Amino acid sequence: MSAPHLIPVNIVTGFLGSGKTTLLQRLLRDPSQKDTAVLVNEFGEVGLDHLLLQSVTENTLVMENGCVCCAIRGDLQDSLRSLFSQRERGEVPRFKRVVIETSGLADPVPIAYTVLSDTVLQHHFRLGNVVTTVDGVNGLAQLDEFEESVKQVAVADRLILTKSDIADPSDMAALRLALGRINLSAPIFDAVVDEIATQRLLIEDAGSSDYKSREAAHWMRGAGARGMQEADHHAGHDHTHTEGISSFVLTFDQPLDWTAFGIWMTMLLNRHGDKVLRVKGLLNVAGMVAPVLINGVQHVVHQPVHLDSWPDTDHRSRLIFIVRDLSREKLERSLSAFNGLTNTRHSNVA
Amino acid sequence: MCGLCGVLGGKGHWTDSSANPETFAERADTHTIRRERLERTALVGRVLKYYGLGLKEWAGSSYMLRGSTGKTALVDNMSQMWAEAEKMATRDFDPLDEGLIDYLHRERAS
Repeated sequence: MSAPHLIPVNIVTGFLGSGKTTLLQRLLRDPSQKDTAVLVNEFGEVGLDHLLLQSVTENTLVMENGCVCCAIRGDLQDSLRSLFSQRERGEVPRFKRVVIETSGLADPVPIAYTVLSDTVLQHHFRLGNVVTTVDGVNGLAQLDEFEESVKQVAVADRLILTKSDIADPSDMAALRLALGRINLSAPIFDAVVDEIATQRLLIEDAGSSDYKSREAAHWMRGAGARGMQEADHHAGHDHTHTEGISSFVLTFDQPLDWTAFGIWMTMLLNRHGDKVLRVKGLLNVAGMVAPVLINGVQHVVHQPVHLDSWPDTDHRSRLIFIVRDLSREKLERSLSAFNGLTNTRHSNVA
Repeated sequence: MCGLCGVLGGKGHWTDSSANPETFAERADTHTIRRERLERTALVGRVLKYYGLGLKEWAGSSYMLRGSTGKTALVDNMSQMWAEAEKMATRDFDPLDEGLIDYLHRERAS
């Protein structure tokens, strides 16, 4: 399902001092971003000079069920609603994108949950890419020590390495490996040497009808390449907060039944959503010619996107999981068992 | 757990999308929303049987969960259903549980 009228909301996150605001400055200099509204948690030392800039005070409303990822960020809920009303009344320019810069210790998942689940916001906004900056000098230590840092990397759609010019090259290599281990599919850009293209970071995303197919192809290529790299890497890197985290691709040769998949996924997320940091991929749905794109962060699942055609020659269902303390084999066996219940229904499907 | 996920109303639950003819145009003739909901109810019923619970489609907009003692609860979607079912059965429902997986294989054969 693509909804071109929805305004994309990008999240720029990253640990304290990792260069979020500097990145944002670069991105906003692009002429294509003159119609972007920016929400920041706090005005930092690096000034942002932008037409539409508002500050929000972090205020999380934890739901009665106590699940942290399903917390509504009340501040953001109010800010986005108010921003949209101002836009409709003509009090602010008619912005076409919102970028939220989080605080360094923020968990990005409640922000995603707020955009996707708020009954008003979901009719006007959709979640775009989550862009995470990682400090080239201190990144490894931060992943080691801080759960927030690991989470910010795990949920990223784009990873931006900063300060590579002053970092030890061997630390950078180790950091790249660690990032690949936590997040199999997000492309990694070096802010010092790579082109930081607004188009690639913000505009091309899986929820955009123009780019959904290309983005899906990038996921699969990234997961394939990074998966090979991981298989070749046998050194022990079990740091305190990355211990137990693994990312892998589940592949199914037979078409999956959409109904069975939905039942399985909702049951899995109900019981283990806190351990499923990220799930995304392409499903070969029984009875369908083109694939369905799935994209979820913890308990939060985007509306499925129906692609017009397969983005590559591999037509198998491929699901990229980033999990904590969940067994790949068990997930595979469990989904196969649920799908098997429908075998008689699809016995005529090749 | 997350009984609120996907339940806050508005655009419908993500699992309902396949019944949307706009999304799944090729199946629009055979996959009406009603039929999709009935199929979902029947399929999830086979899983819930393992826990002694049952599910019925309710007026095209909800599902009625029924416990072994006759207790009932209305739920809007699958996410809410699992949370409510756990509460009703006072136990965790784990799709990775080996006992459940074995049971599903037996169900497949039956």
